[in-house]
Amino acid sequence: MPINPSLVKEFESITGKEQVLTEQADLQSYSYDAAVLTPVVPALVVAPTTQEQLCKTVKTAYDNGLPITVRGSGTNLSGSTIPQGDGMVILTNRLNKILEINEEDLYAVVEPGVVTAQFAAAVAAKGLFYPPDPGSQSVSTLGGNVAHNAGGLRGLKYGVTKDYIMGMEVVDYRGELIKTGSRTVKYVTGYNMAALMAASEGTLGVFSNMTIKLVPPPKASKAMLAEFDDVNKASEAVAGIIAGHIVPCTLEFLDQNCIRYVEADTRAGLPVDAAAILLIEVDGGHALLVEEDADKVMDVCRKCGSTNIRIARNAEEKLKIWEARRGALPALARARPTTVLEDATVPRSQIPAMIAAVNATAKKYSLEVGTFGHAGDGNLHPTFLCDRRNKEEFTRVEAAVDEIFDVALKLKGTLSGEHGIGKAKAKWMEKETNRATMEFNKNLRLALDPKLLFNAGNKFV
Amino acid sequence: MSESTPTSQPVSTALRNLADNLLKLDDLLISCMRCGFCLAVCPVYGATMKEADATRGKIALLEFLSRHMINDPEAVNDRLTRCLLCGSCQAVCPSGVKIMDIFLHARSIVREYLGLSATEKLIFRSLLGRPKLFNALLGMSAKFQGLFLREVDPALGTHKAPMLSSFIGDRHFPRLAGRSFHSRVASLDEAAGSSGLRVAFFPGCVSDKLFPEVAEATLKVLRKHGVGAFLPDGLACCGIPALSGGDMTAYHTMVAENLALLGDAGFDRLVTPCGTCAATIKEFWPKLADGYTEKDKAVIRDLQAKTIDITAFLCDVLKVELPAASAGKTRVTYHDSCHLRKSLGVFEQPRSILKSLPGHEYVEMAEAERCCGSGGSFTLKHYDLSKQIGKRKRDNVVAVDPDIVAAACPACMMQLMDMHSQHGDRVKVRHVVEMYADAL
Repeated sequence: MPINPSLVKEFESITGKEQVLTEQADLQSYSYDAAVLTPVVPALVVAPTTQEQLCKTVKTAYDNGLPITVRGSGTNLSGSTIPQGDGMVILTNRLNKILEINEEDLYAVVEPGVVTAQFAAAVAAKGLFYPPDPGSQSVSTLGGNVAHNAGGLRGLKYGVTKDYIMGMEVVDYRGELIKTGSRTVKYVTGYNMAALMAASEGTLGVFSNMTIKLVPPPKASKAMLAEFDDVNKASEAVAGIIAGHIVPCTLEFLDQNCIRYVEADTRAGLPVDAAAILLIEVDGGHALLVEEDADKVMDVCRKCGSTNIRIARNAEEKLKIWEARRGALPALARARPTTVLEDATVPRSQIPAMIAAVNATAKKYSLEVGTFGHAGDGNLHPTFLCDRRNKEEFTRVEAAVDEIFDVALKLKGTLSGEHGIGKAKAKWMEKETNRATMEFNKNLRLALDPKLLFNAGNKFV
Repeated sequence: MSESTPTSQPVSTALRNLADNLLKLDDLLISCMRCGFCLAVCPVYGATMKEADATRGKIALLEFLSRHMINDPEAVNDRLTRCLLCGSCQAVCPSGVKIMDIFLHARSIVREYLGLSATEKLIFRSLLGRPKLFNALLGMSAKFQGLFLREVDPALGTHKAPMLSSFIGDRHFPRLAGRSFHSRVASLDEAAGSSGLRVAFFPGCVSDKLFPEVAEATLKVLRKHGVGAFLPDGLACCGIPALSGGDMTAYHTMVAENLALLGDAGFDRLVTPCGTCAATIKEFWPKLADGYTEKDKAVIRDLQAKTIDITAFLCDVLKVELPAASAGKTRVTYHDSCHLRKSLGVFEQPRSILKSLPGHEYVEMAEAERCCGSGGSFTLKHYDLSKQIGKRKRDNVVAVDPDIVAAACPACMMQLMDMHSQHGDRVKVRHVVEMYADAL
């Protein structure tokens, strides 16, 4: 539905004409994100370039009853930036300034549109470290990372996005700026609203800036690849490493299907007969300590029956070891036109049960699947391969995904480890929690968004 | 994903044909999974931050157009042309989407529906497709250009043309060569030299007409290394301007003329100082040869194997011995042409050459591989955008404070000259082969 021209003028007077998009071709290009869902074309797109413009844009939209979807780079896999047909998109990608990097107090203040990898690079240039590294970091925005509590490969040791939010300024439904948190390590003076904003998926307000914790980078690291002829043995190795009080910075897993897809795509010489491989990296403050940890990790893997272990002796070999993991998504994505990438997460010990269920489900529905993921976090990415144009096949994929969610919940896991709920999994929320929780969520949301205009249809139905 | 509802407006037969033709690209379009990784490297998106300017946006719009979810080919075409065809996106695409194939075919399909403008017809069909007429006209223009050119920067050798600003903007460009390379060296047919090699020499339009010194340097280098040169009279443009403009008729004419001249000549390599020509001959000629005769297809396959840019020819074929780096006084940095780096994988060779030059010190700039914003006809159609992208390149060059910025593609050289001249920078723009030839 076309939007009232006088309202368009009002937005133009806030941000300037250039930052308001109303042409069909432009609007259509904000109808999708990286989730495999039906596109929905918004009625209007506005891209504020200052905090003041952002506040006024939110206020004007809210006062006029426009549904609001906030979008950074639109890389999420849950459909949380697919707008509503009569609604607007507020783009935050032009609010992309790093306002401060404080080397003495180890924090940075950023606008929401700063690109994750660019931020990590700017921080690294000052000799500091921002660990969260979601797969889309080359393009994802920090605002989007907070809104989805993005994870990545370093979650086990370094935590995820929420562990790095010290404070935030958020635009509420009245267009007012709300402050929470501080630049200090300790802070108990208010509600911990920054924690509430993590994974809120644009449903509680619009982020204006974030204060982000930084840490010193590790001084040494060591990478290893361990092959197993049985998924259970790989899983025991994961448990054994943690039980041995070693926390690797990355502990990644590829199952046999996935190894075979990668090998077919890259011819990198991967062990296609292995049931699973673990890619492990330990890091720390001193090379000798790291060596010691690496030895212990290899010991555990051997004891758990690893058939072959390789350790990288130099940077080149390290790169080679990680090649298999880097190649996982491209290999799966190239095998068939459509890639349905899930992230159901289970307690670590349940990984073998989860893998078995994924493969049994794929077989039941005659589907191709490959699984890789963050073994240390129990966060697996079963990836179904299909062609979204083939409706019959896609129906089978949807059925298989539903079954996998059921299994994940039965194994006391969760629907999503790091991709978010968005529209894709909203209908499942009650199943993971209960009716009362959903009502509580709704009440909470109504308090912060009385007209339910902030990304309605996301998080829960 | 279920299909979205098509728009309810009535659809003309022509529009239905357009959509049907685009549907032929469906198997290519469908492989885009909308991950958005292309946004990170797209120079146009980097400048405007608009989704429709990024590859993901363009591919989505083509899919929507083919499915009648949008019925505005002009608006889609407008976005489609806001692309430098630099290939940065294809180089990082995890799904391996054949982006260049999609864009070139789509441009031609949408162009067929919209028709070419009079200017495009004049340039693609009457000039580029008819090299002799083009040369004659440019020869005359070179004589009379003094009437409308104003010199802006004698050091860079740039000019502007206020009287033509409505057509070419306020760009600063090199004077048309008083004598094109072609007017001095019309043709060559030398036997293999002491190296045992005889190569076809493809100077490329921009070297021939604007930077004849690049073509001459290439020839000097070939002679110095005992390589015989074959240059037939009347080589046409490689075809890329017509291809990117969506004019397949003109494109095929140009390729046919070149094939007729190169087909039976017998040579070991085809050498060019232009990264864009090299990439066009190696990548696009074979891809777009479907309707050609078996003989032409064989010639194209042969050319695909033999075509090489001059820096790779020096390093990989002649394996010239390069002296160890000397820390000289003249600071030189290098800009990667997209076609060389992303299409042909040539990026070490020009750097090795520059690092070996006596009296020079090589410095690497930030984002050397990022597109300069020239993109051939892109800069004519979207000059403001091109300038905006070029400014980032210019800033990266200036940040390392060089005396010379070198490139191995004349189209990039034009853009770099314009940017540095506009900003009054004391930075010379030179081709790697010119500098190598100077040192011989």
